[in-house]
Amino acid sequence: MASAIPSPRLERRAAPSAVASAVVPFVAVALALVAGGIVLWAAGEPPVAVYRAMLDGAVGSRDGVAETLVKTIPLLLAGLGVAVAFRMRLWNIGAEGQLYLGAVAASGTALYVLPDAPAAVLIPAMILAGMAGGAVWAAVPALLRARLQVNEIITSLMLNYVAILFAEYLVHGPWRDPVGFGFPGTPRFPDAAELPQWGTTRVHLGLAFGLAAAGILWLVLGRTRWGYEIAVAGTNARAARYAGLPTARNILLVMALSGALAGLAGMSEVAGIGHQLQRSFSPGYGYTAIIVAWVGRLHPGGVALVAFLLAGLLVGGDALQMELGLPAAVAPMLQGAILFFLLGGEALARYRVTWRRPTPIPGGPAPVVEPG
Amino acid sequence: MTRDAAPPAVEMRGITKRFGEVVANAGVDFAARSGEVHALVGENGAGKSTLMSVLTGLYRPDTGTVAIDGRPVRFRSPRDAIDAGIGMVHQHFTLVDSLTVAENVLLGRQGQGFRLDTSTVERELDALGERHGLRVDPRARIWQLSVGEQQRVEILRVLHRGARILILDEPTAVLTPREAAGLAAALRGLADEGLCVVFISHKLDEVLALADQVTVLRRGRSVGTVDAAATDRRSLARLMVGRELLPEDRRLTPTAGTPARETVLEVVGLRAEGDRGRPALDGVDLRVGAGESLGIAGVAGNGQRELAEVVTGLRRATAGRVVIGGQDLTNRSPRAVAAAGVAHIPEDRLATGLVGGLDLAANAILRGYRVRPLTRGPLLAGRAIARFTDRLLDANDVQAPGRSTPAGRLSGGNQQKLLLGRELDGRPRLVVAVHPARGVDVGATETIHRLLREQRAAGAATLLISEDLDELLALSDRIAVLFEGRVVGEVESATADHEQLGLLMAGVTGQPGTERAGFDGVPIGLAADG
Ligand SMILES: Nc1ncnc2c1ncn2[C@@H]1O[C@H](COP(=O)(O)OP(=O)(O)OP(=O)(O)O)[C@@H](O)[C@H]1O
Ligand SMILES: [Mg+2]
Repeated sequence: MASAIPSPRLERRAAPSAVASAVVPFVAVALALVAGGIVLWAAGEPPVAVYRAMLDGAVGSRDGVAETLVKTIPLLLAGLGVAVAFRMRLWNIGAEGQLYLGAVAASGTALYVLPDAPAAVLIPAMILAGMAGGAVWAAVPALLRARLQVNEIITSLMLNYVAILFAEYLVHGPWRDPVGFGFPGTPRFPDAAELPQWGTTRVHLGLAFGLAAAGILWLVLGRTRWGYEIAVAGTNARAARYAGLPTARNILLVMALSGALAGLAGMSEVAGIGHQLQRSFSPGYGYTAIIVAWVGRLHPGGVALVAFLLAGLLVGGDALQMELGLPAAVAPMLQGAILFFLLGGEALARYRVTWRRPTPIPGGPAPVVEPG
Repeated sequence: MTRDAAPPAVEMRGITKRFGEVVANAGVDFAARSGEVHALVGENGAGKSTLMSVLTGLYRPDTGTVAIDGRPVRFRSPRDAIDAGIGMVHQHFTLVDSLTVAENVLLGRQGQGFRLDTSTVERELDALGERHGLRVDPRARIWQLSVGEQQRVEILRVLHRGARILILDEPTAVLTPREAAGLAAALRGLADEGLCVVFISHKLDEVLALADQVTVLRRGRSVGTVDAAATDRRSLARLMVGRELLPEDRRLTPTAGTPARETVLEVVGLRAEGDRGRPALDGVDLRVGAGESLGIAGVAGNGQRELAEVVTGLRRATAGRVVIGGQDLTNRSPRAVAAAGVAHIPEDRLATGLVGGLDLAANAILRGYRVRPLTRGPLLAGRAIARFTDRLLDANDVQAPGRSTPAGRLSGGNQQKLLLGRELDGRPRLVVAVHPARGVDVGATETIHRLLREQRAAGAATLLISEDLDELLALSDRIAVLFEGRVVGEVESATADHEQLGLLMAGVTGQPGTERAGFDGVPIGLAADG
């Protein structure tokens, strides 16, 4: 029977609250910091000092900002890729694999296809190869989905492992640097394959790729026929069919674009930072990109902002490890907490909490969750 | 028994509810008593659904008070309203398809401190259904049920929670005439047991037959409550619209040159499967000429929906041909069919015809976004789209706060007008219209019927699928009756009547000894009255 103590419950709102939706990301970050702080405190670390050290590491110095921008690049590019697929409700979880394939294709181009070409030829060729590599990798789940209705979540995820292991095979086997002292990796790229860097920092031309991609994507999604088709198909697939939109074709195109952006992320990592293909050169950028896309509300501007924030988190986490000797896991923990609170917060934007008092009606009817 | 002394079961005073610029309710008073059936009528967008959503705690009013049984209440959520004994059956059902009836009723009742088990609920539902004439198998899964049965489940669920005030939003819009009659009897029975029943409807005949009291809303204000016994169709319509409505001219004037009409749609030996893989169309032959309107009558579920879907390319034909304007379009894409000049007003506007989450502009251009002037190269032409949208909203009298409102926020009738306006824009050669005036008020029905007539007069062929015989008689030259996926008869509407159509719809074709004569393509005469 109903207790005499008021208890909280969720009620569905008629429409998601606009104010709540707008503040959710900020509240989520704040709550994640609080939750992370509790964990740190329980582990015997002073939360405020830890956060200050992270902030300092990420944006407190020229080098910190530069490093944050360096990590923003792959998150931004892959995040845009994930966002464009999610917009059409294509759950591409395979950005990590697409990123690896892009890196493999770009590396192959630099080392074996056009090793003697000048930068003006080689870099565009690597860009194309990287994007094509990612696109082809994403086209596999896309084809299976468009032709045979195979769920793309599973296939794109599984292909990550294939791609990562394939890259590993290459760097241990046929592409291995003969003078690499046993480090698994390809030989160093020719100089012409290196993306120009900004001054003495490691910030490279990939940042321009990312910002350009965000701008172009923003235009494509908002202003073009194709962007309109993606919006319709992503909102009401039945209406898309009814209106005769070319859904199968768009599944392929959108997934290919999604993969191409992740592939470009991989290319710019090897051409801008590594200057060779190494095993596990990506610390899971393709997975973090999913968080970036989601927290950024699948909007190019939002993705850019969140990519920068999460990059800062990663860099700050590294700083902790180096300066305070804390495990680098603090950063992924906070990332996880942010996503957790964000998803919870989105639910709350759609529901509101009310306090339930004892039922006034005798033999009162039972509580009911308002369905769907 | 009159209970004028007792306070009304529901009393709403001075309810105002705004959505941005739109004032959906402007100081509405509404009262309904226990033991009565109370109808709420008004034009599309008059604020009926909003008022009932306030009553059920879905919206909080900006101003105004609600009292239940004379006690003031302030609902902060639908839960509070349920606790106060108010239950609502929405137009879009909220059942979980894969669960059984009993499980749906149980859903959300857990965590009450004591557990209700399925078999108890099944027994209770059997008893409730028996008592109120709302029988449905509690063990059946929702997807196995017809729309009418699903609605009964919704009502039973509300009753099972002990509701004393039952609200139904356009309950008969989705029902066949027979189901509607059954529902009316059940609602009357509930009122006789002392429940307060409130229902929204656009069908004035039904309102007059079923309701005791009728409250009329016009543009967000209540213009009065009248005794159903002391009013009639015309005065109700006048109250709703605020002006005299012209009586609709019942029958069509034949278009000129009848015999020489060029064939626009030809369907030959068409077969198709329904959603559950059962045969839904079983050898259908039809022919519609330019400037001609062919009505399709039938009890829901006899293949009408599948026919519309196969003709418009949304469903595969397993045999037979669909020829439109001389072009064989059998099993071609919906896009190819649309390109051949086919407009389609689908049965379920929000699930199929509109994109509820996108704004009105995006919905307005759904058909035409590929062609100039709405598009320039790969780009959408924003200004042209805005102009086009405004013209479409204007020409079809769609009431909306602005073109950036999501289509799902429009009132039901305004959604339909938007959809119809879009589909009929730009001279279609064939119009496939399924229940075009469903959920639409008298004035808008008039508009929609006029639009369809204009299409016919302009030379379009019309395939009109409807369960409303008056609508069919008023809008079609001929009426073909579908029964179990076959055409069991075709009549000229100038000479047809309800009784004859009703018999055909029941599969009675008049040949002695056979219930389904004519199934082998033998043309059937008008033998039904014989
Ligand atoms: N959630 C909402 N957001 C914005 N506007 C709304 C919302 N709900 C309703 N409206 C607007 O309020 C007005 C009244 O809508 P309501 O749905 O109550 O009409 P109705 O009388 O039920 O009409 P119909 O018969 O067409 O269903 C309409 O102009 C509608 O567009
Ligand atoms: Mg309504």
